[in-house]
Amino acid sequence: MIYLQLFIEFFVVGLLSVGGGLATIPFLTDMGQRTGWFTLDQLTNMIAISESTPGPLGVNMASYVGYETAGIFGGAVATVGLISPSILVILIVAAILVKFRDNKHVKAVFYGLRPASMGLIAAAGWSVICLTFFTVTQGAGILPEHIAFSWKCIAVAAAVFFFTHWSKTQKAHPVLWIALSAVAGIVFEM
Amino acid sequence: MHIYLDLFLTFAKVGICTFGGGYAMLPILQREVVEGKHWATDEELNDYFAIGQCTPGIIAVNTATFIGCRLKKAPGGIIATLGVVFPSIVIVTVIAACLSNFQDVEAVQHAFAGIRACVCILIVNAVLKLRKSSVIDLPTAILFTLVFVASIVFGLSPALLVVVCGLIGLGLSRFKKAQHGDANAEDTPADGDANAEDTPTDGDAEARR
Repeated sequence: MIYLQLFIEFFVVGLLSVGGGLATIPFLTDMGQRTGWFTLDQLTNMIAISESTPGPLGVNMASYVGYETAGIFGGAVATVGLISPSILVILIVAAILVKFRDNKHVKAVFYGLRPASMGLIAAAGWSVICLTFFTVTQGAGILPEHIAFSWKCIAVAAAVFFFTHWSKTQKAHPVLWIALSAVAGIVFEM
Repeated sequence: MHIYLDLFLTFAKVGICTFGGGYAMLPILQREVVEGKHWATDEELNDYFAIGQCTPGIIAVNTATFIGCRLKKAPGGIIATLGVVFPSIVIVTVIAACLSNFQDVEAVQHAFAGIRACVCILIVNAVLKLRKSSVIDLPTAILFTLVFVASIVFGLSPALLVVVCGLIGLGLSRFKKAQHGDANAEDTPADGDANAEDTPTDGDAEARR
């Protein structure tokens, strides 16, 4: 049953992704490969749409993946699955509250969790970068036979990197860069 | 206005105004919840946010649940959370529905090629931002590298890596404490233990109240 499966999959994501919505990306990459619900290519589009629509990134991703997989009801089920662990955990934590953050053991666990979370996001970012910037033609062996660079994509990415770090424009909203990149994509026929 | 309706609408507004990750939500929460509704002070909001960051789940959802819960117990937490996700579900569903009709148009495909290049950089920037709080010393740098490699080269499950790294973090702190204890010899033998005992006890006391 697809709805139950969606609920369970996103429940696990909600339970194990610590940190912002980007922390859900490695789990979604994994989910796409296992279930075949979406490809990495589609996932990248989903990230773009989730970044440029209102609402927390993780929730948008869940709604989108759920909708693509099983329609309107699927989107709602996936989102509820994603937020259920939060609600349960927070209700428990709220009861214990205040000292939780300063607890030594909790701090120790998060000391290990944070770099792990960052490593996973970086790895997910790397697979998206490979997909976007290179077209790899697989040769006979493990080594690729031919690697083609998508220079237009690299140029747009370089421009975005520059403007998001330039002190005069770095505070601008990400939606602006997404919109401008979309225009660049159309103009340069990327 | 009825308090639950008020909670739902306020958090729906927060959901609409937030673009991107949960980090983008903090200034909007300050405006709506602290200055607008006086449901929490700035300090309390910071605490909720910190807890939201270090508990499983999406930061925005965790924080909403927390504020709702402090105000009106469990039902308040659930209503606030539903409020914060409601606009997302509606908007994203509409966009997804429209997009599947348009995604074969050539211009749309070009647009998405451009957007994908942009998203790569946004992810890179997010990782760079995380570095400040995540990779703070040598062990965390090693953990980061190991997870990165394990994920790309061996394709290990993220869930497994998260659990293992949490345990490693716990183990490392034990190890550090043991070293610390040896170094100080008998001067402060019970120090580390006393601290470790302290916090859970306080937590229990808080729970009983």
